[in-house]
Amino acid sequence: MAKKVALLQGNEACAHGALYAGCSFFGGYPITPSTEVAEVLSGELPKIGGKFIQMEDEIGAMASVIGASLTGAKALTATSGPGVSLKQELIGYACIAETPCVIINVMRGGPSTGMPTGPGQSDVMQAMWGTHGDHAAIALVPASCQEIFSETVRAFNLAEKYRMPVQVLYDEIVGHMREPVEFPEPGELEVIDRTAPSVGPEAYKPYDTSFGDVPPLAAFGSGYKYHVTGLNKAEDGFPTTKADLVDAEERRQISKVKNPTALADIESNEEYLTEDAEVIIWAYGSTARSSRYAVNELRKEGIKAGLFRPITLWPFPEKRTAELAKQAKAIVVPEMNLGQMILEVERVAMGACKIAGVHRVDGEPINPGQIIAQVKEVL
Amino acid sequence: MTSPAKTTVLGLTDEELIHPGNRACTGCGLSVLYRIGLKALGRDCIFVVPPSCLTVMQGLYPISATQMPVLNGTFASTAAIATGVRAAMKRRGKKTQVVAWAGDGGTSDIGIQALSGALERNEDIIYICYDNEAYMNTGVQRSGTTPRGGLTTTTPYTGKQEQSKNVPEIVAAHNPAYVATCSASFPLDFHDKLLRAKEIKGLKYLHIQTPCPPGWGCDERMTIEIGRMAVECGLFDLYEIIDGTKRLSEPSERLLNKKQLRPLQDYLALQTRFAALTEEQVAGMQKRIDERWKCYREALKEEGQ
Repeated sequence: MAKKVALLQGNEACAHGALYAGCSFFGGYPITPSTEVAEVLSGELPKIGGKFIQMEDEIGAMASVIGASLTGAKALTATSGPGVSLKQELIGYACIAETPCVIINVMRGGPSTGMPTGPGQSDVMQAMWGTHGDHAAIALVPASCQEIFSETVRAFNLAEKYRMPVQVLYDEIVGHMREPVEFPEPGELEVIDRTAPSVGPEAYKPYDTSFGDVPPLAAFGSGYKYHVTGLNKAEDGFPTTKADLVDAEERRQISKVKNPTALADIESNEEYLTEDAEVIIWAYGSTARSSRYAVNELRKEGIKAGLFRPITLWPFPEKRTAELAKQAKAIVVPEMNLGQMILEVERVAMGACKIAGVHRVDGEPINPGQIIAQVKEVL
Repeated sequence: MTSPAKTTVLGLTDEELIHPGNRACTGCGLSVLYRIGLKALGRDCIFVVPPSCLTVMQGLYPISATQMPVLNGTFASTAAIATGVRAAMKRRGKKTQVVAWAGDGGTSDIGIQALSGALERNEDIIYICYDNEAYMNTGVQRSGTTPRGGLTTTTPYTGKQEQSKNVPEIVAAHNPAYVATCSASFPLDFHDKLLRAKEIKGLKYLHIQTPCPPGWGCDERMTIEIGRMAVECGLFDLYEIIDGTKRLSEPSERLLNKKQLRPLQDYLALQTRFAALTEEQVAGMQKRIDERWKCYREALKEEGQ
């Protein structure tokens, strides 16, 4: 049987990806350019016995997602820059309370209201450093409507597997653009559920590290009674101020994402003609599509260009970026902000090659011509 | 209390404080309110406006709808920003009227905490909520004031299941200096209520039902008619609360003499947003209206005795 293909907007593909991943709860608040995610789920979730709630504000939306997740639902919210800013305290809460959840950020410009109907990529540092305190972050940056579908599924998988909030960031261009999206058959994409406790309620501790860096998570209402807090906590979930326990807890929450096995699992990149490339265009989201076009044009002119496209933006693809910096004469980083991920590229490259940015914050996409011009200048 | 003086169309100032050709949708109820409201408020004002249709109406550079200073803040903060402006204005020794002007989402949902704080402090500001009963600026999502049964893009099949928040009553429970309800279809009533609000110290709250043709699913030429019907059906009551005493305003007050209110169905039938309502639901809504008006009449009788 032929697969179902639909002409979907990125935001609609996101909603369908969430449903595929088993999302049963959405708490959101209207904000351009993400609202279509909510609109689709308001119609679809009730059909499968799920719950859609339009909350009273952005903070409430994020809080409801945390409540639903700890009670066993795969939970989602979708918003844009100003909404993510309001959600930040609770994103940190989800980090420390180790609560799986997915936050969609359809990026527009900023700061503040910016240009609500224009694209931006200026929340990429915020995805890592937006909430206060030391913490790990996972952020995915799909570049097409099909990829928004599959990356939303992967975001749920990572959230469930690593017991933490996962952000999916795509710019308004991909969010509102329409492309054919092929619906995977059930089972075609992996769907991961959180590890349930293997011990009974009496022996259960919500942050029991004897099961590894990611403790099993029991759902409230399933017979397990435990304590969850935004304070630094011990294994039993109750707050602690004991220095050694706090230190171990803080470090574990980062190492559960940054250990080599986890990194290999979480990292995802696409490379195009990088093998012999003398200049690497390092680009993500819709900007990577202009970059791919630029690579082809440059190759026609005999310039050995290649594209490195991170699909997982955080944790930052340090190893591969460093390798490419050694291989290439230059790395060009186009992004719809005034220079954010380029700072990470510079940090990792440690002066191994020239690095130049192409930046645009006027609400217009970066076009291949701009990238080509910068490549020629830097070489 | 004696009936206050009434402005007629001829009595309105000729001075226009908004420019023609703004970005409001055709038939926008807010554009009527903004034009007439500014005539009542005059030039010595500063506006605090959150993201809303009013922001859109104010326009994109270089086309601007307003000649007034505007602090276009963030969504959750209207009354709080107005608080800061008021305090600093006072320090400057200025009596400039600080007018917070927000939509229903910015007032009843994300902005209610800031509003409640300002009410508790009884800030000397005018707070206007133009209530078009959904998030119209982002494309018609349900809000706290969307009526039960109302179809929106986030209540797409059966309409909103919850009862709407009665924001003027929530505000009134804070016991502020002045509370009034208004309708975009009675702009002169709104005008005169603003004139009264200007004379009162403390927080003045005006809640305006504001028909929105694209959001409500009605003809653009019906804006005024629909708002009028909401009042004539006894659905949306115009009143003032001054010093804790509630008094129906003239367009609603005159309904007290009618034996029968206009049926609610007349109002609902003109709007596609009510297409999902069942006959029982409509009957239930009608019953609640009738009961409320029975209470008004009985209260009036008691007053008369």
